[in-house]
Amino acid sequence: MDGALILDHLRAAFGAALVEAHDFRGDHTAVVARDAIAGVLRHCRDEAALGFDVLMDLTAVDYLVYPGREGGSRFEVVYHLYSIAHNHRLRVKVRVPEEDAVVPTVMTVWPIADWMEREVWDMFGIRFAGHPDLRRLLLYEEFVGHPLRKDYPINRRQPLIGPRI
Amino acid sequence: MGVGSFFTSKLDEAIGWARKYSIFQYPFVTACCGMEYMATACSHYDIDRFGAGLPRFSPRQADVLFVVGTISHKMAPVLKRVYDQMTEPKWVVAFGVCTCTGGFYDNYATVQGIDTIIPVDVYIPGCPPRPESVIDGLMKLQDKIATAAQRF
Repeated sequence: MDGALILDHLRAAFGAALVEAHDFRGDHTAVVARDAIAGVLRHCRDEAALGFDVLMDLTAVDYLVYPGREGGSRFEVVYHLYSIAHNHRLRVKVRVPEEDAVVPTVMTVWPIADWMEREVWDMFGIRFAGHPDLRRLLLYEEFVGHPLRKDYPINRRQPLIGPRI
Repeated sequence: MGVGSFFTSKLDEAIGWARKYSIFQYPFVTACCGMEYMATACSHYDIDRFGAGLPRFSPRQADVLFVVGTISHKMAPVLKRVYDQMTEPKWVVAFGVCTCTGGFYDNYATVQGIDTIIPVDVYIPGCPPRPESVIDGLMKLQDKIATAAQRF
């Protein structure tokens, strides 16, 4: 299905929950309200016409110092979806404010989201409500802060950790 | 001059000579420098000429800890433990700029020089160091071993 038709389908199904939609050189993006994100993603997988059976990537962006994004939500969590059956793609974004950085987990939709959500928690400090084991994935327990946040000082030194007994 | 003092210094030299030609290394290889380490260790450059031809993959059988490649904060406790497991006498070689200073990895994850964790005897800079630099570093280590006051 063409990307514009996918967006039309989502707009018809979810209405105002689809906050924004745009395309850039054939790549289509839907920005979804945070309350509706779990339902939209489950619909994307289960609806036969969409059939997004692969979660290609789940990551986040920090817009703290991004020109033109002052005053808006600080973070965006980004889902890249792909359908093997239909060979089409969609990018879904959800905006997350800094003071309440929580997004519902999509582990129940795509189990692969387990480690991706742990990495986003590790690097950006965004929590995923309902995730059963939200520990750091790449860094270690003693690490202070979340290094891919734009306000993490680039030259901050972490305290050295001793041998574990 | 007493007989004892003359004998002791000569014994030091004899032990130093023996030790500098029986370097059993523990290669702690974490990154791309490992390829250059392998090139040095193989037949083209042949560090067996310096008595360092046999790497031991157990720290308890090794004399020299070759730290080859970037050390992250997560890896640092492992390196410390391997160093602690080595028996005396032991020496440490920092192989490549990442182990010497952190290199160009001035970021949240990388240890800025392994001398913040363990004592280092010889630094071999380079990204990665040429085999000639490695052999030069190895010979400097041999000099250090040979001329040091021997403990046994």
